[in-house]
Amino acid sequence: MASIWEYANPLKFMRLTDRVLPWVSVLAAASLVIGLIWGFFFTPDDYRQGSTVKIIYLHVPSALMAINAWFMMLVASLIWLIRRHHVSALAAKAAAPVGVVMTVIALLTGAIWGQPMWGTWWAWDPRLTSFLILFLFYLGYIALWEAIEDADTAADLTAVLCLVGSVFAVLSRYAVNFWNQGLHQGASLSLDKEENVADVFYLPLLVCIAGFVLLFLSLVLLRTRTEIRLRRTKALIAREGMADA
Amino acid sequence: MIALLIRDLKLSVRAGGGFGLGLAFFLIVTVLVPFGVGPESGLLGKIAPGVLWLGALLSCLLSLDRIFALDWEDGSLDLLATSPLPLEGVAAAKAMAHWLTTGLPLTLAAPFLGILLNLPQSGFGWLTLSLAIGTPALSVIGTFAAALIVGVKRGGLLLSILVLPLYVPTLIFGAEVARRGSAGMEVLPPVLLLAGISLGAVAILPFVSALVLRINLR
Amino acid sequence: MPDLGKYADTVLSAYGVSIALLLVLVWLSLRASRKAKEALAKVDRKNG
Repeated sequence: MASIWEYANPLKFMRLTDRVLPWVSVLAAASLVIGLIWGFFFTPDDYRQGSTVKIIYLHVPSALMAINAWFMMLVASLIWLIRRHHVSALAAKAAAPVGVVMTVIALLTGAIWGQPMWGTWWAWDPRLTSFLILFLFYLGYIALWEAIEDADTAADLTAVLCLVGSVFAVLSRYAVNFWNQGLHQGASLSLDKEENVADVFYLPLLVCIAGFVLLFLSLVLLRTRTEIRLRRTKALIAREGMADA
Repeated sequence: MIALLIRDLKLSVRAGGGFGLGLAFFLIVTVLVPFGVGPESGLLGKIAPGVLWLGALLSCLLSLDRIFALDWEDGSLDLLATSPLPLEGVAAAKAMAHWLTTGLPLTLAAPFLGILLNLPQSGFGWLTLSLAIGTPALSVIGTFAAALIVGVKRGGLLLSILVLPLYVPTLIFGAEVARRGSAGMEVLPPVLLLAGISLGAVAILPFVSALVLRINLR
Repeated sequence: MPDLGKYADTVLSAYGVSIALLLVLVWLSLRASRKAKEALAKVDRKNG
């Protein structure tokens, strides 16, 4: 019986993703193009926010992915620590830069939107603050990967950092809430559509979210493949060095 | 464990250790703040709790990379790892030594620096209390981060990037206690939350630090 | 082009910045992938 752990084998992973990756990337590109064009050209303005409501199609999906990328890294780190599958550690490494970019997009679009709406680029609102902290966690995580030479040690250390960081990220979220009640409207951007966004905005938003998820997936697969190849090259060179000696 | 603790204390009090450095830095930060923001005493009194907490946190940060670096370089960390004392104990002793040489003196110095910043009368007790509760957490978290990068040469910048987000909850609750205390507001909730973080960190992180040290010594 | 009203700058800059960042990310990922592939191929050729 084929279990999903089979794909933890780098060779099988490469073979599988070789087939899957083109499809995922095409789907990602298609849904992003459709969603963003739909959102940008064919949705009405909000009666309060005017045309700035169109920023939601970038802001919400990127913010979602910023958090989910960290969550995916957490799961991958756990799998690495428990089952020692190298692909898992490399996938966590591959996801981090994507997560950073998502966080930056969420922060930037938020700031650009906040300028006319709240009258300021930046406010120490709990969600903004939490995202800034998340950004710092991503930076630390990537910096640690870069700093440590031995690959397995780096994988172990970053995995532990990811676990501890997650606990502290949750703590920070509560601390920040305690420290300042915010400007963000409670559930305005959540997924239960009854309460907030009307269908006209909701459907293209869903397409955009799907597009960001698929984009994240394809980038992580691509980057994981890169990491596996780099690892393999390194191993081959090391073996060669030994043969020469 | 106690022998290790005493050894570390001696090392840090000796010239070039972290003891004087942290205190001096704390003093510098507090003295320079009024030059930066202006001498208006009302404003200074208002920002004093936050400035003092921040100063204490930065002074802590300054001596973190000394926790393991010397022992790593001269190989005594390997010796410690093979000694009968478990690494968990080593990590706890190291964090304790760091706290005794930075956290504790900073806590004791803070009220005097509070005078310089025109801290309101009601704030002194709460400031000292919040630092007394919060600085152990700073030391333990710092020890964890120092253990992570023990094998990295010139890891100072990396260390501060790693520690920065981890310090956020402690800083928020600690400064909140001091701020509310000096404004005469209700302080019990942040005190309890700060104590919770501190106790949790002290209880769990030495084990994680030991795990990380084992990975690094492999 | 839809009429963006007085917020045209806001909306356009948000889209511009985000899309530019995404494109840079995709480009960097593709470039790294290509380089890794070439490096591996080179080592493989030498060995094989």
